Amino acid sequence: MTNPTLILADTATMLRRDVRHAVRFPMLTISGLIMPVLFLLLFDGVFGHTLRAGLGNTVSGGYINYVLPGILVMTAASVAEATALGVNADMGEGIIARFRTMAIWRPSVLAGQVVGSVARTLITGAAVCFFALALGLSTNGKALDWLAAIGLFVLLSFALSWLTVAFGLLAKTPSGANSLALILVVLPFLSSAFVPTATMPPGVRAFAEYQPFTPIIDTLRGLLTGTPSGQHGLVAVAWCVGIAVVASLWAVKLYNRDSPIAI
Amino acid sequence: MPPKDARPLAIEAVGLAKYFGSQAALTGLDLIVPEGSVTALIGPNGSGKTTTVRILSTLLTPNAGRATVFGHDLVAEPEAVRASIGVTGQFSAVDRLLTGRENLALMARLQHLRRAVALERIAGNLERFELTEAADRPVATYSGGMRRRLDLAMTLMGEPRVVFLDEPTAGLDPRGRLVLWRIVRDLVADGVTILLTTQYLEEADRLADRVALIDRGALVAEGTPSELKKQSPGGRIRLHFAEEDALAAAAVEFDGAERNESDLSLELASDGSVDGIRQVLDRLERRGITVESLSAQPPDLDDVFFALTGNRPETSSAVASGVVQ
Ligand SMILES: Nc1ncnc2c1ncn2[C@@H]1O[C@H](COP(=O)(O)OP(=O)(O)OP(=O)(O)O)[C@@H](O)[C@H]1O
Ligand SMILES: [Mg+2]
Repeated sequence: MTNPTLILADTATMLRRDVRHAVRFPMLTISGLIMPVLFLLLFDGVFGHTLRAGLGNTVSGGYINYVLPGILVMTAASVAEATALGVNADMGEGIIARFRTMAIWRPSVLAGQVVGSVARTLITGAAVCFFALALGLSTNGKALDWLAAIGLFVLLSFALSWLTVAFGLLAKTPSGANSLALILVVLPFLSSAFVPTATMPPGVRAFAEYQPFTPIIDTLRGLLTGTPSGQHGLVAVAWCVGIAVVASLWAVKLYNRDSPIAI
Repeated sequence: MPPKDARPLAIEAVGLAKYFGSQAALTGLDLIVPEGSVTALIGPNGSGKTTTVRILSTLLTPNAGRATVFGHDLVAEPEAVRASIGVTGQFSAVDRLLTGRENLALMARLQHLRRAVALERIAGNLERFELTEAADRPVATYSGGMRRRLDLAMTLMGEPRVVFLDEPTAGLDPRGRLVLWRIVRDLVADGVTILLTTQYLEEADRLADRVALIDRGALVAEGTPSELKKQSPGGRIRLHFAEEDALAAAAVEFDGAERNESDLSLELASDGSVDGIRQVLDRLERRGITVESLSAQPPDLDDVFFALTGNRPETSSAVASGVVQ
């Protein structure tokens, strides 16, 4: 069952199932979208004026230019949070036990959910960018920069989705899964998402500078404004790959435990 | 029936044990299921039937013991085991957000069936399980019986060589039960091996060619239904008398038998054999007691069940102790 064609075929089958669920039960997808859009409106529309003034001439353009990368990271986290909930609810279904008795590529259920989650993140991210353009986003990034930004965004979403799939498997209840994943949504507040880390008090600043979201946000910001920094980029990619590898191994390990549900 | 050893074994389990914390579910279960047979696993609630099915279908790893399915070890070669089994559990394993047809199509894809074969099997199974009309409704709108039928249809999409059915007729109406029995017989005719659990002893009697009785996580008896019945003291003879004196005299002779004054009858335990009946009649004749009529009821699996698991609910111990010597 390690034949690559079967791996792809089974993952595609499970993705189909995941997409059908998302279409029939769109609440989770919508709830993943509401939060980032609200934050975008709140931070740009309500706090944006003051925050922009605080930034001075260290950055160019409106606050929307500064805040969008942070909101995009929150988008990935917010959609992944909904994925944790969805996975946890799904794991309580009898059909999962049936999958475990079948000769399929075993992690395909999880892989399908990860790919589904990445797809939802891309759609939600596009919606957020659309709102940002309406709010006056101006970008100096070239097509190649945008492509690189999308690539990093997908990689981030892939890593966070594996992590929240693991959370969904770990938690005993949907609300437990939700609380675990909420950490990811809150973490960007202590990063360079809304204000530069240099303006933070020393202890918080050290944390903010070294946590994974800061290099990811800085890289996205550089790409969107057309001033990419290769050094941040490498750190950002390394974090995403590292999280994806560890989280996927963890998720598969959790999935391979004895089936918790009776059939 | 060919001798036991003539058929290769579909399933062989030796000393299976499973503990959930300090709770023992299986305490050393030995089980064999010959290829092409219907084996019924019966036992009281909590005796370990579902646990056995879950271990054999690779959902649980046993704490001790080993088992093979068509020679493939459950723990060492789970993939090979999974390739030959199909499972319909005690609780439904269907996707409630999808329609019946989509559930079957999902199975077809996971079995990597070619499109033409898949479509044919989907239509065939919908027909066979009387789900054609409901095929395009979400399963969430199905009745319990419809879900169970869909569940089994999904199990059969991959044409498994061994099918596990955990209480397949629980919650089915009499018609649904007959449909299921027919399907089981059809499967066996096609050479499929079936291990089913049931609470209905009549079902085991009708359907199974082998019965394994388990209690507290271990096998207590095994054999064909008729072999098991022979082991049981559960059969009864009912003697009817014309007058009270005769009944009283017989009650003295068969101490401990259940006496019914209202219809002047006496009920004794017996294995139901002609010899046993003759002995009873001989004893009555020697005492000069005239018996008007006699009816014999052979032991059924209920008797085997209660005799071997020792938890018959009502007080018929008087009957059980009045065994013919
Ligand atoms: N996941 C579990 N955690 C703890 N105990 C369990 C678990 N699964 C089963 N048990 C225990 O193991 C024993 C056997 O359970 P099992 O479900 O195999 O019984 P069963 O014979 O199928 O019963 P029933 O006829 O009620 O379906 C029971 O005492 C049950 O409480
Ligand atoms: Mg059970």
